[in-house]
Amino acid sequence: MSVVADLESLAAQVPDGAMVAFPRDPCGAPMAFAKALVRRGARKLHYVGVPSFGMAGDMLIGAGCVATIEAAGGTLGEYGTAPRFAAALRAGTIALKDATCPAIHAALQAGQKGIPFIPLRGLIGSDLVKHRPDWKTIDNPFAAGKDPIVLLPALRPDVAVIHVALADRHGNAWIGRERELLTMAHAARRTLVTAEEIVDRDLLADETMAAGTLPALYVAGVARAERGAAPLGFLDRYAEDGAALADYARRARTADGFAAWLDENVLARRAAA
Amino acid sequence: MTETAIEELLIVTLARLIGRVRHVATGASSPIPGAAALLARHRAGPGMTVSVLGSRRHTFFTNGGVELFDCAGQGRLDVFFLGGGQIDGQGNVNLNATGGYPASEVRFPGAFGSAYLYFVVPRVFLFREEHSRRVFVPRVEFVSTPGVSPPEVERRGGPAALITGKCLFLFDRERRRFRLESLHPGVTLEEVRDLTGFDFDCPERVATTPAPDAETLTLLRGAVGRDIAEVYPRFAERVWRISPPKAA
Repeated sequence: MSVVADLESLAAQVPDGAMVAFPRDPCGAPMAFAKALVRRGARKLHYVGVPSFGMAGDMLIGAGCVATIEAAGGTLGEYGTAPRFAAALRAGTIALKDATCPAIHAALQAGQKGIPFIPLRGLIGSDLVKHRPDWKTIDNPFAAGKDPIVLLPALRPDVAVIHVALADRHGNAWIGRERELLTMAHAARRTLVTAEEIVDRDLLADETMAAGTLPALYVAGVARAERGAAPLGFLDRYAEDGAALADYARRARTADGFAAWLDENVLARRAAA
Repeated sequence: MTETAIEELLIVTLARLIGRVRHVATGASSPIPGAAALLARHRAGPGMTVSVLGSRRHTFFTNGGVELFDCAGQGRLDVFFLGGGQIDGQGNVNLNATGGYPASEVRFPGAFGSAYLYFVVPRVFLFREEHSRRVFVPRVEFVSTPGVSPPEVERRGGPAALITGKCLFLFDRERRRFRLESLHPGVTLEEVRDLTGFDFDCPERVATTPAPDAETLTLLRGAVGRDIAEVYPRFAERVWRISPPKAA
């Protein structure tokens, strides 16, 4: 059976309540996929921002898809703070697992190795630790004296979602130098991929592409999504659409403004499709 | 445009503080540090590496986001920068929230890499253009990352300086306090005292932050401005009227 599917049926592979890992914006924001999740009415997701989130996370929170957000930060970059995230925190409608970037990376690395936890320097004395009862401080058992260090439990997302420039029909996905996408995919139970292009050739058969390719072993489904990161930019393929980002940032400040934005930009697509 | 913009003064001052190092990196929402790092590299010439988060041109990382932190953990990163929603006199930084937690009245973007890099990068420069008692508080409401640590905690890094829209402070790690280093042109000590919520040390005569020379301004408004526009198009447009790249 081919792993190539259409976008809506790919989004249908994410069950309600799943822990879903999304990459940070510069690594390819799976915006088209996130919109499809909104259309399918996903609920109670545990969104893991690797290591942060942007418009996709904010939109999923605003659309009521997210129960828990776990990330080192969330922002619309030059377009301001993440407005629906802030509103949901004020209203107490989402659970928050605040982290620091290397903690998310390290916990995924533990997940990819299949080990239960991983230590990380820093953190001690940060209030983040107070609010993360799942993080534990121990004394380094190899040190002669006192040497406190924080242990983080491994992250094993149910699903990792990535957007790439190229995928092939076998499900191999070219991630280039964005190697944290590999870590995400290795740590997650399965990975769903959207791609600007799906090619007929085998990406792993090409020596110059193979080292930057996520093998199909990890990939449960691939869908074509042309301009799949828009309105964010993607690699050298397209620049961000500043007007569209500013429009979101402005309208998402209020619940009504966000609902109207969602109707126009996400839900209307279904009627058109 | 001949007058020095406040952003330019901050960039040039940070570039001077960076000096010539092996590796300087900038984090999220950091256009001024990014431009400062690129300017410092222009001056230093070959052999200095700059990693601008979010850039494709000004980064050498090929192992994903984790490589910055791995580099820093091994001592391969000399300088980093942190902003802050609140910063206090002991160098504690709040990047998370005020008015309660987790249900907060005001939510800031988040800790990002701060709770790690502040410990492992030898010199961290704090930057915040808004100089007010809202930002510079006696004690931060949420410690995203602490300015100093007890002796048993492994730590080789921490705050080196704090630059604001009004002045430059250096951090004295022994005394665990900031010391006023210079006032920006036209700013008085009284003004800084009025606008700062924490106590700081002050020399008898306070210097004025040097304004950039014409050559530096030309470099900033040309090559450096175009470089930083890749990651911060709106900043480059606002400060230098450099047009953002067209959306394809």
